Amino acid sequence: MNDTNNIVTEVTSQEYKYGFVTKIESDTLPPGLNEEVIRKISEKKEEPEWLLEWRLKAYKSWLTMEEPHWGNVQYPPIDYQAISYYSAPKKRPKSLDEVDPELLRTYEKLGIPLEEQKWLTGVAVDAVFDSVSVATTFKEKLKEMGIIFCSFSEAVRHYPDLVRKYLGTVVPPNDNFFAALNSAVFSDGSFCYIPKGVHCPMELSTYFRINAAETGQFERTLIVAEEGAYVSYLEGCTAPIRDENQLHAAVVEIIALDNAYVKYSTVQNWYPGDKEGRGGIYNFVTKRGKCAGVNSRISWTQVETGSAITWKYPSVLLVGDNSIGEFYSVAVVNHYQQADTGTKMIHIGKNTRSTIVSKGISAGKGQNSYRGLVEIKKSAANSWNYSQCDSLLIGNQCGAHTFPYIEVKNTTSKVEHEATTSKIDEEQIFYCRQRGLSTEDAVNLIVNGFCREVFRELPMEFAVEAQKLLGVVLEGSVG
Amino acid sequence: MNLLEIRNLHAEVEGTEILRGVNLTINVGEVHAIMGPNGSGKSTLAGVLTGRELYTITEGEILYKGKDLLAMTPEDRAREGLFLAFQYPVEVPGVTNAYFLKTALNAIRKYRGLEELDAMDFLKLVRSKLKLVDLDENFLNRAVNDGFSGGEKKRNEIFHMAVLEPTLAILDETDSGLDIDALRIVADGVNSLRKPENAMLVITHYQRLLNYIVPDIVHVLVDGKIVKSGSKELAIELEQRGYDWVRETTEV
Repeated sequence: MNDTNNIVTEVTSQEYKYGFVTKIESDTLPPGLNEEVIRKISEKKEEPEWLLEWRLKAYKSWLTMEEPHWGNVQYPPIDYQAISYYSAPKKRPKSLDEVDPELLRTYEKLGIPLEEQKWLTGVAVDAVFDSVSVATTFKEKLKEMGIIFCSFSEAVRHYPDLVRKYLGTVVPPNDNFFAALNSAVFSDGSFCYIPKGVHCPMELSTYFRINAAETGQFERTLIVAEEGAYVSYLEGCTAPIRDENQLHAAVVEIIALDNAYVKYSTVQNWYPGDKEGRGGIYNFVTKRGKCAGVNSRISWTQVETGSAITWKYPSVLLVGDNSIGEFYSVAVVNHYQQADTGTKMIHIGKNTRSTIVSKGISAGKGQNSYRGLVEIKKSAANSWNYSQCDSLLIGNQCGAHTFPYIEVKNTTSKVEHEATTSKIDEEQIFYCRQRGLSTEDAVNLIVNGFCREVFRELPMEFAVEAQKLLGVVLEGSVG
Repeated sequence: MNLLEIRNLHAEVEGTEILRGVNLTINVGEVHAIMGPNGSGKSTLAGVLTGRELYTITEGEILYKGKDLLAMTPEDRAREGLFLAFQYPVEVPGVTNAYFLKTALNAIRKYRGLEELDAMDFLKLVRSKLKLVDLDENFLNRAVNDGFSGGEKKRNEIFHMAVLEPTLAILDETDSGLDIDALRIVADGVNSLRKPENAMLVITHYQRLLNYIVPDIVHVLVDGKIVKSGSKELAIELEQRGYDWVRETTEV
């Protein structure tokens, strides 16, 4: 039996093995955004002049832009002058006793080891993480292969030419309101470079890279795969993350040159707010990949379970002939969460192919929207897209919405779109219970079955965690 | 030993009384058949026994292994060894038969204080059971009942039964929709699971199934009551003379 899904439950979630820690900054700028603030950020980070100019240019574009409101989400106005754009880490709890027990209970359910719980909640840990030393070893190995994987700040210091060459080439600073804001004030993030012909031997994970939750507010990630290179990149973790900052606007750029393949997997589990919908993160993210070279391939797999509001469309520009773009997504909303997510596949080169598989799960009073654009330019002869959008409803008060946009400018291409909406019905749950499963386990089983096509795209350990996570997120949503 | 004892059971659906005082006792080692015309309450009885929420019990009690069955959740009834082969097996897309059964079996084992089976032991177990209903191994990797033919669904129910090894199995019109070959396979599977320590309740319209699964006792359910009980010959007589014969010869 080669079906991994049958065996995956045997694998317990493991501690992440790779990663490293960056220096923690210690001071805070007063709230508000102006040129002076941006100069200070750049100065504190000891950035070169060109990057400061780049930030300022982005800021000027941002000033001329309006916050977009076309998403199917509702939230009170954001006061951008009330936000501090450079903040020190919040006071750390001394022990787990000071941490919200609800959060700890969730960690418990996800099977997160105690030491890791401390790390996630920011508790000062006496013993040095094993993973830090392990990370150093791996870093050495990666370095030997010419792979660069470091914080964005570090990359600016040590590899300024590479950063300068690619930064903003996929998501220009004036791309959209939130991308412009990010470009002006981004705090830190990750940089990853795989040289020509190198197959990265391990999954690169940002899990251990974010020191304090704060760095996540305006994160900037840049991934470059040279000719024939391969990398599987993991962002985020299944453990719920709390943050004092309500607004998150990250930017991720991926570049794949000839014959390169970048696989990007993410699990987003930011604090979604409480059961009444109070608090929670607003997550406005711009993620885009560019298949710049022939036969290149970029694959996005996302599991979105957190945030009060998610606004996110990982996209692929299919520039190179025969290039492939893929988007596999599971988005879950419960209680008062809202998600407006999907993808854009822009076919430019000949014989380009894209696949979209979107699974939306709505429970409680959650509202889930799929928004996708498939655009086939005139130049993209013989291109092909397949889209599948499935929605699963749990209960009577939630909603699922689908907004597919399709533009085909030539006659040789083919676009297929399938959509379904279903409800977990009582017959299914009763059938499972009659076989000995509790209602909760029955719901988990049915939901995981629904998500199977996406989960099988995730690296195995991630998939196991994602399955567990869905169970925790949907706990108590039936019965 | 008394495995199941139904005493004066009355049940209704949305205010309409379907079961009107059912009395039935099943001992271990016995196979009982319940026959009856459409709407007589056969499926209601199966639903009440397994704990469907649809039904309201207005009177009576059910003792299973000496315990109050009606006080138990559907899953606890299953964990106590009560199994229903569904008349209309339900599809669970994306969940493989193997994963589904492993989850079910381990939930039951856990309840009984047994160690959970690992993937290898489980595989060994299910492979041997597949043969009983003449199914090949790729059946394990197909999603539960998803895209199955009618016959495959029914065989799958018996396969589940073989793996979960219930103490009391209820077969709800397992013969419906089966051709003669499939019927034989299903019946052979069921017969191989007959043991002195378990019991079965076979619900059917037709006597045909009872040629293959030979019951110890046959009951006739009419208008929510068991109006006649007898040996397997009763089924044959019923087939020949029709349900009206029972109605005429008994005071309903």
